[in-house]
Amino acid sequence: MNIHEYQAKELFEKFGVAIPRGISARTMAEFEPALSALAADGPIIVKSQIHAGGRGKGTFTDGFKGGVKFAKTKAEALEFANRMFNNTLVTAQTGPAGRKVHAIYFTEACDIKKEYYLAILLDRASSRPVIVASTEGGVEIEKVAHETPEKIFKVIVDPAIGLMGYHARELAFKLGLKGDEFKNCVKLIIALYKMYWKTDASMVEVNPLITTPTGKVLALDAKVSFDDNALFRRPEILALRDLNEEDPKEIEASKYNLSYIALDGNIACLVNGAGLAMSTMDIIKYYGGSPANFLDVGGGASKDQVQAAFKIILTDPNVKGILVNIFGGIMDCNTVATGVVAAARDLGLKIPLVVRLEGNNVAAGKKTLSESGLTIHSADTMADAAQKIVKLVA
Amino acid sequence: MSIIVTSETRVLVQGITGEFGGRHTKLSLDYGTKIVAGVTPGKGGQFFEHGTHKVPIFNTAKEAIAITGATVSAVFVPPPFAADAILEGVDAGLDLIVAITEGIPVRHMVQVKRAMLGRKTRLIGPNCPGIVTPGTGKDSVGGCRIGIAPGYIHKKGHVGVVSRSGTLTYEAVYQLTSNGIGQSTCVGIGGDPVNGTSHLDVIKMFNDDPETWGIIVIGEIGGNAEVEAARWIKANCKKPVAGFIAGATAPAGRRMGHAGAIVGGADDTAAAKIAAFKECGIEVAVTPSDMADALIRAAKAKGVKLA
Repeated sequence: MNIHEYQAKELFEKFGVAIPRGISARTMAEFEPALSALAADGPIIVKSQIHAGGRGKGTFTDGFKGGVKFAKTKAEALEFANRMFNNTLVTAQTGPAGRKVHAIYFTEACDIKKEYYLAILLDRASSRPVIVASTEGGVEIEKVAHETPEKIFKVIVDPAIGLMGYHARELAFKLGLKGDEFKNCVKLIIALYKMYWKTDASMVEVNPLITTPTGKVLALDAKVSFDDNALFRRPEILALRDLNEEDPKEIEASKYNLSYIALDGNIACLVNGAGLAMSTMDIIKYYGGSPANFLDVGGGASKDQVQAAFKIILTDPNVKGILVNIFGGIMDCNTVATGVVAAARDLGLKIPLVVRLEGNNVAAGKKTLSESGLTIHSADTMADAAQKIVKLVA
Repeated sequence: MSIIVTSETRVLVQGITGEFGGRHTKLSLDYGTKIVAGVTPGKGGQFFEHGTHKVPIFNTAKEAIAITGATVSAVFVPPPFAADAILEGVDAGLDLIVAITEGIPVRHMVQVKRAMLGRKTRLIGPNCPGIVTPGTGKDSVGGCRIGIAPGYIHKKGHVGVVSRSGTLTYEAVYQLTSNGIGQSTCVGIGGDPVNGTSHLDVIKMFNDDPETWGIIVIGEIGGNAEVEAARWIKANCKKPVAGFIAGATAPAGRRMGHAGAIVGGADDTAAAKIAAFKECGIEVAVTPSDMADALIRAAKAKGVKLA
């Protein structure tokens, strides 16, 4: 689960991670009170709050440029906020549809001495948390890792002991910090790790982390995501979920325990198992088609789930055909077939439907499909199924 | 032979009285697997009954092992309590724990893995279909089935299969069996970012097993475990190997069902992994329908029999 920058900053504050002063506003009426709570004079940064990167270089659909703006005065900040709010921001990460801005974050602008990078995430190779720091901040860290790997420093933390002072000191020394900057950086790393661990975060990224001419070390930006598996024990984190940032189809799917992700293509798929669902998308592409979604109905799909899945798939106006691919290991193929027939009938399905069933009770399942009186194209293998649906929607 | 488990392996089930654990215990008993004990705290003294089978239930894993001689456990315990169940099995001295549970917090697994350091127990999973060593009977009955895989699609033979995904494993096994090619052992290592046994761990065992003549490796986007395995294969494995990577069309940054299936950087994409496979001499299945055929091609090129 992802959260907004302003929510991440609120968590930072709670755990003692130093940030520039900032206040969020979720309605236009909150703009002026928010601005008056900030320092009386001095410039302000106005930041659109959406769950996507590249905001600064983004453009709004009405032509207004920049999702993050530097305002010299409060009056200018208010003007920028009014332009951004309820406007749709398109960035390199949002896709052409962009995202509507439902919240604005105002922060006091601060003098930057130098920009750094700091992140905490899971190191999959060691199955332990890793803290990553770099002297190259404010740029894409993947690029730094590729071009100048010697400028990236890592410390792996033993989960049985947790973060020790020497871990944080080692990183601060490697970043070349001294005096107050050094002390403040160590403090910030320790606080950030505490937040990462206590909130079940998957990743905490501060890019850039900055030093100021007065020796402060501040998290200028914040990107935080959480482990979905741990949300059951973090109600305070789950409360930060913003449904505006999620595809309505994905929200609906999660109610039925379906794992659904919308994509750009026109062939919808309904599959059991994540690996099979991913490779069903791949094989559609391989035969020249384009998948409209990822949809895993899970290992024990019921008739209700299959029907719900069909409804969700069909709310996507781009969908021109459906491919059902079920390997019924334990799941009864006939249960799936019955669900498919019921859904196709209830929804008055008009677009081509190809069904590939294999496994447990497959003969009965195929019989249910063929005797339904509906136009359902049956396929024996994944390759056969993918070729058929690609041809039917062409 | 086979790897990790044989038809003689004595298995206990943690969470045997739950709906999920119970259903699959019945299927394993039907398959001929020696399920000798169940563990459900508070239900010790009761029995799990299925047909003529009467499996004793114990309050603790320690007790179950002492009385029944179980060496392996299948964990079907719900996510919040699964780490506790795994560590109970580790402390009780089991050789192997197969964790089927999906949705365990990553933090729990980080701690479990740390706690297992220096212990003799092997963990497979979590979030995995488990392990099958097919038997010699009809529909491969008489083998060892730990987990949730459909036993009947298997056939006893000489191909090892290792995969992060359940249904893709079944797909590969089904293709092999349909081609008259049997399997030595099939291992689902699970789709979570932190798991007990890696592709490479399993491949090393297949390589050492004289009864495994060929290997299918199934991977997906996220992490670099497949690349690590491929490099080892290039340097050490003479057996024919076929590979498939799922997720070529997955958008970056989105979690595709499996908690571990997310593209982070450039090295964990399907394209990067497929390139590594090819570079390391692994015959790549171009589509999931091509997995068995890819292994047949690899075997032919090396002049190796698969059945």
